[in-house]
Amino acid sequence: MTLVSPPDLSRYARFVQRTGRLGGRWVLAWPAVILGIFFVIPFLLLLRVSVAESGFGAMGNGGFTAASYLAAFQNDVFVYSVVFSVVLAAVVALISIAAGFPFTYAITRMSRRAQVCWLVFVLMTLSLSEVLITFAWQVMLAKRVGISNLLVWLGLMAEPVSLSPNLGAVLACLVYLVIPFTVLVLFPGMSRIDPQMAEAARTMGATPARTFFTIIVPIMRGPIVTCLMMSFIVGIGSYVAPMVLGRPEHWTVAILISKAATASNDMPLASAMSVLFLAVASVICLIIYRLGVRKV
Amino acid sequence: MNNVRMAAASRNLFLFLFAAFLSMPLIIVAGVSFNATRRMSFPPQQWSLHWYADFFGDPGWMGALELSLFVGVASALLAASAALPICYFGWKYMMRLTTVLTGLGSLPFMLPPIVLAVVFLVFWSLLGHVGQVEDLVIAHGIVFMQLPIAAMALGFRSIDRALIDAAGTLGARDEDVFRTIVLPIVLPYIVSGALFVFLLSLNEYIIAQMVVGFAMETLPVKIFNSLRTGFSPSMCVGAVLFMLVGLVGYSLIAWIGDLPKLLGSESAK
Repeated sequence: MTLVSPPDLSRYARFVQRTGRLGGRWVLAWPAVILGIFFVIPFLLLLRVSVAESGFGAMGNGGFTAASYLAAFQNDVFVYSVVFSVVLAAVVALISIAAGFPFTYAITRMSRRAQVCWLVFVLMTLSLSEVLITFAWQVMLAKRVGISNLLVWLGLMAEPVSLSPNLGAVLACLVYLVIPFTVLVLFPGMSRIDPQMAEAARTMGATPARTFFTIIVPIMRGPIVTCLMMSFIVGIGSYVAPMVLGRPEHWTVAILISKAATASNDMPLASAMSVLFLAVASVICLIIYRLGVRKV
Repeated sequence: MNNVRMAAASRNLFLFLFAAFLSMPLIIVAGVSFNATRRMSFPPQQWSLHWYADFFGDPGWMGALELSLFVGVASALLAASAALPICYFGWKYMMRLTTVLTGLGSLPFMLPPIVLAVVFLVFWSLLGHVGQVEDLVIAHGIVFMQLPIAAMALGFRSIDRALIDAAGTLGARDEDVFRTIVLPIVLPYIVSGALFVFLLSLNEYIIAQMVVGFAMETLPVKIFNSLRTGFSPSMCVGAVLFMLVGLVGYSLIAWIGDLPKLLGSESAK
């Protein structure tokens, strides 16, 4: 009975009448237990550990204190990395949407077979590990094999150089990581746009570019907002790319949190940093959402 | 007319550049993996499958591959088995419980992976059960549960209610309806959802590294660790393997299911 909330009583009564049983609803206990034990409880434990006194067990000494939060605030490197991660993720999100938006529009206008090919390709790059993509970029930016050789061959550069570590390498790699997400978030809305709308605009004399900016972009306002949030989250959580392709001043929050958790083994501090990080990311998503809604 | 042709040309140029951007790193890595010498060079000066033999003959790489495949399959089964009841009962009765479970099951996917890694690390450490394979299977099952939930919800929504009513009128019991009507329609979505989890689990790095990384290495963790110790073309072989698995996996999804629809397109062209 506990499975049934009050508004469903009539449905439930009807159902019991028909089958005389719970109708297998006990099966719901499986996902409920899994999610309860392995997601809800661990998450609450994170909050708990973040206010524990740090000390000799890795989990701290118990007790309640805001010391870890204060330590995080007073840690200049952490505060700087939060700001840096936010700016980096914002830039990456903007570049990705600027390139991914016209691309998604182009593939939704293709035949079904061509769409499937492009989608399989985009999905493949989407699921490729951040490690692999970073590794591929590292190889590509290397002195011996990378694109600098191509530039030399084209006569644009005097001699091959190593193009990492630097901020540009981090940016390029992150855009590569984020673009598949932007495409997949924009795809549903884009594929539902009635092609006749663009045709109508064109018969009335609008250029393709004008049609694109005055018809397609405004229709896609909602998905664009979602897409910016999603890209932002993927970018702000990046770990491997800044670590391998960047210098220490390009390190994101994720790297600092993992260092606090594994290298210094200070779980209260790592938990407090995670909570703060989550709070910052949520607030910024909320801001993006508000900005997107208000202008309608 | 000239304008239209210009637009088409610039569109094709843009698509070409986009495809080049996405495929260049992959092509270079694949090229390096076919190289005969240990030194990186592209295009390969001498083609050879040397590094492939090396990769498949190395117990370290094979162990990592096996572990990754096991975790991928197990977490896919876990996520799909939890998502199926949520979506089935959500579709059938619209219970408040299923709404809550759908939300809970979808939430982890939206959180930054590092936060989830700390969450699971704290949890398993407090239980005193660290560095076990099942820790990672459960973590991946939870984190990627959103994908089968979304895929299956779509599948259930595509069932024509008239079919169910007709079956009921003809005297079919709920079990019969589930077995003969619901399951066949939803099966492609179940398989696609599970495949998505498998492919993402296979490639996931940070959670695998933090939750069990000190005790065992999945393929991405091993590639990352070798990345820090120095370059070896065997890593490129690992990378090529991942691309192939991804390509085959998503082609499989496109073949069993309706890929554009799974990704949210409604128009059937």
